[in-house]
Amino acid sequence: MIGAGHAGLAVSHFLSLRSIDHVVVERGEVANTWRTERWDSLRLLTPNWQSRLPALEYDGDDPDGYMTMPEVIGFIDTYAKVVDAPLRTHTTVKSLRPNDDGYEVVTDDGTWSSPSVVLATGGFNLANIPSIAEAVPGSVETVTPLDYRTPDQLPEGDVLVVGASATGIQIAEEVHASGRPVTLSVGEHVRLPRVYRGKDIMWWLDRTGVLDERYDEVDDLVRARNIPSPQLVGTPERRTLDLNALTDQGVRLVGRVAGIVDGKAQLSGSLRNLCNLADLKMGRLLGTIDDWVLDNGMEGEVGTSHRFAPTRVEESPPLSLDLSFFSSVIWATGFRPDYSWLHARVLDRKGRLRHDAGVVTEAPGLYRIGLNMLRRRKSSFIHGAEDDARDLTDHLVAYVGVGAPV
Amino acid sequence: MTTTDTPVNNGVNVQALLDARTALVDAPEAAQFTWKASTEWVGGTHSHSEVTEFFGLGGDQTHRTTFSFDADHPEVFASEDNGATPVEYVLVGLASCLTAGVAAVAQNRGIQLNSVKATIEGDMDVLGILGGDPEVRNGFNDIKVKYDIDADASQEDIEALVAQSQKRSAVFDVITNPTNVTVEVN
Repeated sequence: MIGAGHAGLAVSHFLSLRSIDHVVVERGEVANTWRTERWDSLRLLTPNWQSRLPALEYDGDDPDGYMTMPEVIGFIDTYAKVVDAPLRTHTTVKSLRPNDDGYEVVTDDGTWSSPSVVLATGGFNLANIPSIAEAVPGSVETVTPLDYRTPDQLPEGDVLVVGASATGIQIAEEVHASGRPVTLSVGEHVRLPRVYRGKDIMWWLDRTGVLDERYDEVDDLVRARNIPSPQLVGTPERRTLDLNALTDQGVRLVGRVAGIVDGKAQLSGSLRNLCNLADLKMGRLLGTIDDWVLDNGMEGEVGTSHRFAPTRVEESPPLSLDLSFFSSVIWATGFRPDYSWLHARVLDRKGRLRHDAGVVTEAPGLYRIGLNMLRRRKSSFIHGAEDDARDLTDHLVAYVGVGAPV
Repeated sequence: MTTTDTPVNNGVNVQALLDARTALVDAPEAAQFTWKASTEWVGGTHSHSEVTEFFGLGGDQTHRTTFSFDADHPEVFASEDNGATPVEYVLVGLASCLTAGVAAVAQNRGIQLNSVKATIEGDMDVLGILGGDPEVRNGFNDIKVKYDIDADASQEDIEALVAQSQKRSAVFDVITNPTNVTVEVN
């Protein structure tokens, strides 16, 4: 196992249940990225009742709340103890390559050889910054969500936040509230209300079966695996943070940054359509929820059906921005995994791991867990690790051909 | 979405497009296309353009026939009006592209189209092209497309068709995003 986050530990749990000898190698502490690569105010997008892993349920007194980062770290720390994972922390993998016995894993604390390796190294190792970022004038400070902690680290002045998924809208809101006026560049996004008909949207996605939808059931897997994270924030008030809320707070919405020439950002004229698309898709989801309520006779048990106001877009959004007007740019344009240490012919031309639902078919014995839509819509959520870990452990056990039945 | 007894047929072979996508993801070099046109000056502001060949799927391709286009400026610009203005070709390109997309998306979503009509308007301040006001751009300052669609689907599903068609449209992208253009003289 490479990586002692929630997904790696869940696989470790199932391997232990089946008496498979294994070790969990971790470059830092348990839950390392949650400790070191997240901004201070971040809370999980999923409510506490959904923070469950095989053999560990949330047992606090606030099932509808959202964990802060220290709480997430505590939860995963507890999990490592509950499953008694054979941990090797502070051990960084330098390279992984095939050898006669399967795989050779070279670390800064010795070399391992194993017939099977599971990569649980997270999906958010590197900030996915577009190449046009190189053309940002030198006077403008460039920040990624991996470096970002609090608004105070930014220089005074206007801030351009590029990207309007969960990361972008959350950072935009708190930076704007700090007195640094924010312009938010909006590309394709997923709009969701925090609460609908009195229930958390995650409750609806869970109950209606959306989150259990499998990779082989969706009609467009490429799209499903590339959907940006929904516009949600976890707050004690269960607030909806959408583009209209940001507009109300004074954040200015502009189109996607399509190019940068001579210090000017060229903005796409597609803003209205992208907002319209997101409104329509949210409407379709709410319709699905309403149908489900009707079909399940729950009409009296939940709030009444309603719709949200369309996203407001100014009449003629600007088509260019003079970047010298901004003191900093935050690229909230997504993340990607780091495979720089993986020396096997399993990456595609864009550096992504080729796998079939977590099974790296071109490298027998190699597995991946913890990516968007790896096996199910919930794969990237904490509670999504359980089913994926069980499935992949089944495959791994059959592959190595040992281990006792549970 | 609507379920009908007869299979939906908008005349778009969606399966072929989906198969092509699968094939091209595995062979990305074949996905590199070059579209071509040649234009000859006729006289005044009148020009004649032809479209015959393009490059794609790893080789030269030819249209079923050569398509011709005359472009000119209208009489209010003291021209002879031998064809649509170039900017009207841009509008035609956008409306045609979006309409093709509506048909393809409808086919993919199992929606039968009965009629699709688009009207498109592009607003322009011609002081830009005349050089009369340096602050006015040459191109459109706003483009509006209006669709009248009769289909076996709800209003919301029809709106989603049109939105998705914009998302997948090449010409919509060309117009809404910048493109590097290099013009050379031999």
